[in-house]
Amino acid sequence: MEATGAEIVVRCLAEEGVEFVFGYPGGAVLNIYDEIFKQNKFKHVLVRHEQAAVHAADAYARATGRVGVALVTSGPGVTNAVTGIATAYMDSIPIVVVTGQVPTAAIGLDAFQEVDTVGITRPCVKHNFLVKDVKDLAVTMKKAFIIASTGRPGPVVVDVPKDVTAHLAEFEYPATLEMRSYSPVAKGHSGQMKRAVQMLLEAKRPMIYTGGGVVLGDASEQLAEFTRLLGFPITNTLMGLGGFPATDRQNLGMLGMHGTYEANMAMQHCDVLLAVGARFDDRVIGNPAHFAREQRRIIHVDIDPSSISKRVRVDVPIVGDVQNVLADMLVLLKQAKEKPDAAALNAWWTQIELWRSKDCLKYNRNGAIIKPQYVVEKLWEVTGGDAFITSDVGQHQMWAAQYYKFDKPRRWINSGGLGTMGVGLPYAMGVQLAFPDAQVACITGESSIQMNIQELSTCKQYRIPVKVVMLNNRYMGMVRQWQEFFYGSRYAESYMESLPDFVKLAESYGHVGIRIDKPEDVEAALKEAFSPALKERMVFMDFQTDQTENVFPMVEGGKGLSEMILAEEL
Amino acid sequence: MRHIISLLMENEAGALSRVAGLFSARAYNIESLTVAPTEDATLSRMTIVTTGSEEIIEQITKQLNKLVDVIKVMDLTDGRHIERELMLVKVKAVGLGREEMKRTADIFRGRIIDVTDATYTIELTGTGSKLDAFLEAIDPAFIIETVRTGASGIGRGERSLKV
Repeated sequence: MEATGAEIVVRCLAEEGVEFVFGYPGGAVLNIYDEIFKQNKFKHVLVRHEQAAVHAADAYARATGRVGVALVTSGPGVTNAVTGIATAYMDSIPIVVVTGQVPTAAIGLDAFQEVDTVGITRPCVKHNFLVKDVKDLAVTMKKAFIIASTGRPGPVVVDVPKDVTAHLAEFEYPATLEMRSYSPVAKGHSGQMKRAVQMLLEAKRPMIYTGGGVVLGDASEQLAEFTRLLGFPITNTLMGLGGFPATDRQNLGMLGMHGTYEANMAMQHCDVLLAVGARFDDRVIGNPAHFAREQRRIIHVDIDPSSISKRVRVDVPIVGDVQNVLADMLVLLKQAKEKPDAAALNAWWTQIELWRSKDCLKYNRNGAIIKPQYVVEKLWEVTGGDAFITSDVGQHQMWAAQYYKFDKPRRWINSGGLGTMGVGLPYAMGVQLAFPDAQVACITGESSIQMNIQELSTCKQYRIPVKVVMLNNRYMGMVRQWQEFFYGSRYAESYMESLPDFVKLAESYGHVGIRIDKPEDVEAALKEAFSPALKERMVFMDFQTDQTENVFPMVEGGKGLSEMILAEEL
Repeated sequence: MRHIISLLMENEAGALSRVAGLFSARAYNIESLTVAPTEDATLSRMTIVTTGSEEIIEQITKQLNKLVDVIKVMDLTDGRHIERELMLVKVKAVGLGREEMKRTADIFRGRIIDVTDATYTIELTGTGSKLDAFLEAIDPAFIIETVRTGASGIGRGERSLKV
């Protein structure tokens, strides 16, 4: 049976078992929307801005591990989607974005709503395609899903001209597909893994450092067993939170620019470092020259060879799927006759506990003003530490990462690489749709939330009961913090004037709005928001927080990891 | 250090821009880039001449390998190899200089492929430095126009880049 291109797109999505397509219609995709109207295999979620469609698809992928799907029209539909695509690219999130394009005959003629989609998205996708012949459409869709979800995952764009969606072709969806130019490595090199295990067993001051790769590679179980067997300290990056339980004593907390004192000090002073699914980026190790001053041997496990020896020299590179590699190294570890050096490890832990005793995350709990950290701590308590937490970008994001103790992977959904303000609300939508019964909170600020506030309307239409925890300090807090520290407190354009009444705004969309002014009301408001009475409702909480609170510890940009500014030093 | 990187990739629309875009996005140097389909029309063979530290060259080859359309990458400068570049030079050829120009072209094993009363067009192949040497050997005032392809390269002996 022949099918139109539009029908083929829709049937490919159904074949892939897609549950949700986040999108926004327009001229170039009307044929596809007409086919969506006629089917019931997946649900289309109409967002209010294409950026939010991609973010929601991205969050769906982060939370479930399955490929997220977005559908946008040509021209402005695509340019609006670019921020979402770049966000997913920086964090290696598997999504497929189907974009409409002007008819093939009109390409290059500056047609209405034409943009060079393949050109404009090329630097921020894992791969992209322009489908010029309907006969290639099904195969291209299959390739898109394979490329997005295998190896180091990432976004794939499939650009479909309008005439291709009308043309007819036989529909056959390939079950599998070989690409001679694409074959990601799965298994680690056995010799290298042996060397790595040997090196770990010889370590006097070992450290394990893991990133988003452990979460994306579903390797937390293997990581937990491996880490516990060795008894080594471990730290997670911002993207890796939940990869190893935060409440476990072996976990020193997040490292990096706003990492804990103990994690950063241990990272700097270890003699053997095992890095898994992490990439030593500038927010994590600070100045690489300063980091290299201390002698240490580095084992780096990553699916992407280009992540290895990019910013630091690595002694034992292991390219492979982190789950496979950790599982194989676990076998080697169990077979090994040697055991970790208990005396050395004890001494190392004594040192670490000394660093930990600085209690670098303490903050002033007394006072009449709500401390943002307190709100996050209470949220952790009220949700039993088991919620999905999305965040926007800025101070609130760091406080969420520091004070919400993630014990499970895929619970912490944030824009780590690109740092995209405005992701929080659409992220929460994508997660809540994937897990309708789960507790989903969006920790945000009054600046970030306004970058995609229109999605309150989407939440109303689909009755998405996310809980917005807005830490409202009337400033772009992180900008203000940098201006205070590095620009002589000249607060250029970082004050948020003319804010709306967020309670009324939420109510105008049919949601529940709560404003909280006093510390003693924080817990009650959170309990109410997560109470069975409001389970089906979206609740928007406006916490009026301390305007001058800063995020500590802090490693200034360009400084070394152990050169932290601590709260007590100011 | 100067490196010659050879690669095979799917001969698809936009393949060249993926490579060129990678070099500009990651601020890698690119001295020259040549590309054409191979005997198998589904494949493109590209030769890239670049410079950088060992770390940067390592990143360049890894990043090229990461491109979904790229099938194989080889750093020719890792082993014995042959490098050739084609140059077409249009020069003034009048009076006494006309004979002198022909002699110089012969010395460099150049061929005159187009002739007018006042000009020669000379075809030369060789390494980039040989072509440079030719241009230095003739009076710059005689040069009307030069066209160079950039280097193409191939491994010596059994060393080959194949699918």
